[in-house]
Amino acid sequence: MRTITAASLIFLFWFMLSGHTGALLIALGVLSTLLSVYLAKRMNIIDHEGYPFDLSVRLLRYFLYLGKEILISNVDVIKRILTLGPVDISPQVITLPAAKKTDLSQMIYANSITLTPGTVTLELSNDKIIVHALSKKGAADLQTGEMARAVPDNVELSS
Amino acid sequence: MILETLSWLCLVLGGLLGVIGGIGMHRFPDFYTRLHAIGITDTLCAALFLIGLAFQAGLTIASFKLFLIFAFIFFTSPTASHLLANAAMLGGLKPVLSDDDVANSEQLDKP
Amino acid sequence: MYTVAIIAILITILLALARALSGPTVYDRIAAMNMVGTKTILLIAVYAFFTDRHDLLDIALVYTLINFIGVVAVLKLIEQGNLYTDGESPEDNQPEVNDK
Repeated sequence: MRTITAASLIFLFWFMLSGHTGALLIALGVLSTLLSVYLAKRMNIIDHEGYPFDLSVRLLRYFLYLGKEILISNVDVIKRILTLGPVDISPQVITLPAAKKTDLSQMIYANSITLTPGTVTLELSNDKIIVHALSKKGAADLQTGEMARAVPDNVELSS
Repeated sequence: MILETLSWLCLVLGGLLGVIGGIGMHRFPDFYTRLHAIGITDTLCAALFLIGLAFQAGLTIASFKLFLIFAFIFFTSPTASHLLANAAMLGGLKPVLSDDDVANSEQLDKP
Repeated sequence: MYTVAIIAILITILLALARALSGPTVYDRIAAMNMVGTKTILLIAVYAFFTDRHDLLDIALVYTLINFIGVVAVLKLIEQGNLYTDGESPEDNQPEVNDK
């Protein structure tokens, strides 16, 4: 069942990228789809992790929030780069408690921290996240836990 | 006409942010802080460029491809940054902290 | 206007290359090359519109993935000293040992 969905998704992807409708090209597309599915089956990677789609409203709302955060922190870092004289930074290494239970939520949280300029995840383990922050302000913003609350809880891989 | 202006604005702003990120690469004192400068060019700068180009393309296959590039950059760039930071930390590279003097950054050349 | 964007990207690539040349650590160099890769993707995308050849976007798409894999491969090489051990067993991770 998963093989069939994977094959149709790959073919859809091929079609969206090529946009051709000639018989020969469609046949070639089907052939390359079958080859990819065969390789994926040989590598044993057609499992539940192949479909990380949980396109719920929560996740969409979170992406909007993340975009806003990225914009704000970008402006902050740009200001710090463009200050004249010595750079106005105070690098910090802080440890945050892991706020999320499922692996995917945890991964989304850690990646969001890295994606916003000014904070980079140094290490991610089961119970804590070590973060390098560019400034005291960025570190304090993370420690309020606002972003941790915004990440949707219990996002599961729909199998 | 409005779309043209908007796309022009996005492209110029994106180029400006890229140059600012490049300047940041040279102004920041150590590796970990430079990662934040790379963060600018990977997120907002890339997004502005691709949005600006998508305004030019309209609703075509080209803008779908631009969206795919956007999505790939947004999924791979934090992973690459995290891997770099993690490898540097495991490799024993000490970050400059605010208590140390930011100016004397020569001692971090090699652990 | 594409010319302005292309020139801006080229200046950014030059700045990143200067950082890659001046180091000081190997991680700085890899990070700078990652940045050059991202800028190259944008350069290809802008160039596709500059010359009105939209098929170049496919190349930008593939370059995005190759850039990521390249960074990961180089990091693995730096950390392990080779690309064939799986990195799970710590005794294989010594970069000095290369007689395996």
